Amino acid sequence: MKRLILVLAMLTGTLSLAQSPPSTTVTIDNFTFSPMTIEVQRGATIKWINKDDIPHVVASTAGTFKSRAIDTDGSFVFTFTEPGTYEYYCSVHPKMTGKIVVK
Amino acid sequence: MDDHFSDGIDRRGFLKCMAWAGTATVCILQGGVLKSFAAEDMHRIKAHKGDFAFVQISDSHIGFNKAANPDVTATLNHAIAKINALPVQPEFILHTGDLSHLSEPGEFDTLDQALKSGKTGQIFYVPGEHDVLNDNGAQYRERYGKNTKGDGWYSFDKNGIHFIGLVNVMNLKAGGLGSLGHDQLAWLQDDVSHLKASTPIVVFAHIPLWSVYPDWGWGTDDSAQALSYLKRFGSVTVLNGHIHQVMQKVEGKVSFHTARSTAFPQPEPGKAAGPGPMKVPPDQLAGLLGVTDVNFIRGKHSLAIVDSTLEETPNTETLRHGGKE
Repeated sequence: MKRLILVLAMLTGTLSLAQSPPSTTVTIDNFTFSPMTIEVQRGATIKWINKDDIPHVVASTAGTFKSRAIDTDGSFVFTFTEPGTYEYYCSVHPKMTGKIVVK
Repeated sequence: MDDHFSDGIDRRGFLKCMAWAGTATVCILQGGVLKSFAAEDMHRIKAHKGDFAFVQISDSHIGFNKAANPDVTATLNHAIAKINALPVQPEFILHTGDLSHLSEPGEFDTLDQALKSGKTGQIFYVPGEHDVLNDNGAQYRERYGKNTKGDGWYSFDKNGIHFIGLVNVMNLKAGGLGSLGHDQLAWLQDDVSHLKASTPIVVFAHIPLWSVYPDWGWGTDDSAQALSYLKRFGSVTVLNGHIHQVMQKVEGKVSFHTARSTAFPQPEPGKAAGPGPMKVPPDQLAGLLGVTDVNFIRGKHSLAIVDSTLEETPNTETLRHGGKE
């Protein structure tokens, strides 16, 4: 029985891995989002990784998404299910801006 | 009356002051005219010292532990020890924000614990952007802004000086700078409306209320509006933090001043890829951190601002690295 559960768990794990949409990374370094503009397919997941020694907050200008403070080497993930252009900024350092275009 | 002081700016004196800003520099502001003294002339200030002094500290970033300063609590304690050792005990301390690094309760606890070792009992705060990270400043106001208005702004009077604490780290707009916002500006206009023009004004806020370097966000979008309400006053001193280095400017009767951090230095405007923490050799760190001692000289309506680093006896290396050229 134990073995069966393990096999099932592995199977579901593999399945969910196969179904997950491609993930794209935006790096935060020197108070800049890089790449600043990124184009992805609908359903794509974006992962922001903070490489600065200062925390940042990723916030959509329209209020669609907002992270908590992302500390050094921390990350924030958001999946874009609707097509559109999503402008965002760091709500702590508003000079930092970026854009996600979802096809 | 101090109107006869307001007819010009001592630009030569101002530049001298800029050159010395890296060590202990005394700046006397008289209705907008700034006179500077080198550290060795400080006894001249002491001789004229009034009965009132306060200290500004800033940007303690408790919780920060990266290479630029792995022990920010130690350097804060160092700053407090320096304040305790001042010849004239200040009436109170102004902390101009970024008390914490990540707005964590434990970070605020550590700060409070450290400040308890200060002889100066009363501390006034304004928040930095690091203090309002995940809750729009609710925790900050609960701890440090119980009797404040709006996002945490307030004013009080001490020894004939009107002090105004402003909040410019909330509701920041994409692509913009620091922001005071309509409600706070309306409150400010009302707050100073009843004051005589001869009342000395001290405004303190985290992000500079003048355009230090907008490319790095070092300025406040609507600060001109705020300063327009203070135009009629004979002596206005604006104290800020945020940029982790000393900068000064005199504009008419308004003197602007930023304080060093107690935690880590940041690069001079435009001299690095970004405004992040600047790593310096460990033996130079104390020379780039510091406290600001402000003395009010009674009868002259002037404030003497003394910046000093955490280093007891600055060496020439520090002078070179800490000074603004």
